[in-house]
Amino acid sequence: MTLALRGRRLSSRRRGELLPYLLLIPAGIVILALTGWPLLQLLIISFQEFGRAQIFGAAPGWVWFENYADVLTDPVFWQVLGRSILFALVNVVTTMLLGVLIALLMTRLNKGFKLLVSAGLLLAWAMPPITATVVWGWLFDTQSGVVNYVLSTVFGLDFIGHSWLIEPLSFFFVATVIITWQSVPFVAFTTFAGLTQVPGEVLEAAELDGSTGLQRFRFITFPYIRPVLLVLLLLQIIWDMRVFPQIKALQSIGGISADTSTIGVYIYNVSIAGGDLGAGGAIAVILVIVMMALSAYYIRSTLRQDEA
Amino acid sequence: MRDHTKLPVRVLMSSLAVIVFVFSTFPVYWMLNSALLPTSAVQDSTPHFWPDQFTLRNFVTVVTEPSGSIEFLPALSTSVIVTVSTVVFALFFAFFAALALTRFRFKSRRTLIVLLLVAQMIPAEAMIVSVFRVLDGWALINTIIGLTLVYLATVLPFTIWTLRGFVGGIPIELEEAAMVDGCSRMGAFFRVTLPLLGPGLTATGVFAFIQAWNEFTFALVVMNKPDTRTLPVWLNAFVQATQATDWAAIMAGSTLMAIPVIIFFLLVQGRMASGIAAGAVKG
Repeated sequence: MTLALRGRRLSSRRRGELLPYLLLIPAGIVILALTGWPLLQLLIISFQEFGRAQIFGAAPGWVWFENYADVLTDPVFWQVLGRSILFALVNVVTTMLLGVLIALLMTRLNKGFKLLVSAGLLLAWAMPPITATVVWGWLFDTQSGVVNYVLSTVFGLDFIGHSWLIEPLSFFFVATVIITWQSVPFVAFTTFAGLTQVPGEVLEAAELDGSTGLQRFRFITFPYIRPVLLVLLLLQIIWDMRVFPQIKALQSIGGISADTSTIGVYIYNVSIAGGDLGAGGAIAVILVIVMMALSAYYIRSTLRQDEA
Repeated sequence: MRDHTKLPVRVLMSSLAVIVFVFSTFPVYWMLNSALLPTSAVQDSTPHFWPDQFTLRNFVTVVTEPSGSIEFLPALSTSVIVTVSTVVFALFFAFFAALALTRFRFKSRRTLIVLLLVAQMIPAEAMIVSVFRVLDGWALINTIIGLTLVYLATVLPFTIWTLRGFVGGIPIELEEAAMVDGCSRMGAFFRVTLPLLGPGLTATGVFAFIQAWNEFTFALVVMNKPDTRTLPVWLNAFVQATQATDWAAIMAGSTLMAIPVIIFFLLVQGRMASGIAAGAVKG
């Protein structure tokens, strides 16, 4: 019986030589046509002069690295890049800190309170980004926003009619609140799942040996969850650097777009609104390269798990 | 909770839990609350902390009265069609591709797996220009087919990757047994493997649903006519058109958009976080 099976398996494998390729065709065509092909086009456009005239049919001329030179010598680009990095940094640090703290909190809660925290986090996580941004925009509304009301009446501060979105720094504060609110749940749940894999006996033994809670975290828990934290950190950096919907929607609500664009919004403004596809393409290629460099570790570690 | 934890510590922990809960849920509560209040009450200088003047008028306003060219129903139907098509095709295509990558050993299989991961990391923000140009060349701008294709390409790498794990968990011996009983290879895939793939298909299907339903960046560029908007773009345009004034109606619209996602999310949340953690700890 085993032999017969084996023979059958081998023969079907040989006969089915073409089958795996056939099975890959539908997905392959879609990905090639709408990820591969546009990626190639992006590279080509970034080497061309591609402005309004070309959008309306003029043949694009090759300028090779001119777009890149223009972009890299444009102070606005560096401002936007610096702003994106700084913004991502603030968001990532806040998100990771809060997420890990909440995960640690969850390990010490009884069932009821743990359920309460999980339910709350889940709800925040499930909100569509655009909806979340619009809702927070309403909370921070100048005239009837509940945040201004509470700050003014409960804390006695002068926030009546305060406009949060008019000034870049406070605009980004609101954006950070929104993004942190939505990304903390993922970090907290994932870290919590990692924490449940730390063996309890080891922690108990260390406790009997007279270690403090902080020592136990530093020398036992942390090494265990380090791989999880690293992957989370990386994903957060990648996600927060390219943030688009939240910034765009907040600009719609607040009405200002100068000095608040991050790199994703900047690409949109330069190419779609400004009509300079060549320069927009060059910025996009730079973004892809940065993202790929950042993702390299994540991809490697995912592949390593895959083999294990 | 460990028994020897002191009472003050326990009280502190529980209060922190309540704070986290309030901070997480308040915006969602406020969205519902404002959606259920009349516009006049929402604009009061003293906020109404619960819907004491309960009304469903805002929902009627959003659905029936278009403000200018910002209609809700066409956007809803576009979103539903695009999302459903994305989910259906993504599941079929990913099922086939996952079979190819788990059940066969062929040249370049390894490369394809690496490419799947790389494709997941390409930021949509960088691709808007060239995706627009490519679709424009095929006359697919402002079409449901065009946007569906874009979303398929976006979700397929992840759905294939995830389904591959699920297919790998089904013993190949089951397929072989069916083939001994006279089933063809494809027959075994459809009659044996597919029915066992329920949980995997649910998880990946919900992922594709949420992605397509929430997606904003590509939709903003690819569907640039008022009558081809999807819901996220509609919401953004609605806020802009009312200049962020009619918050009651905006919150009603937000609620309508959020409800399906929240429901689907609750269905599969467990898998999402524990999967990545288990993998990372193992590696």
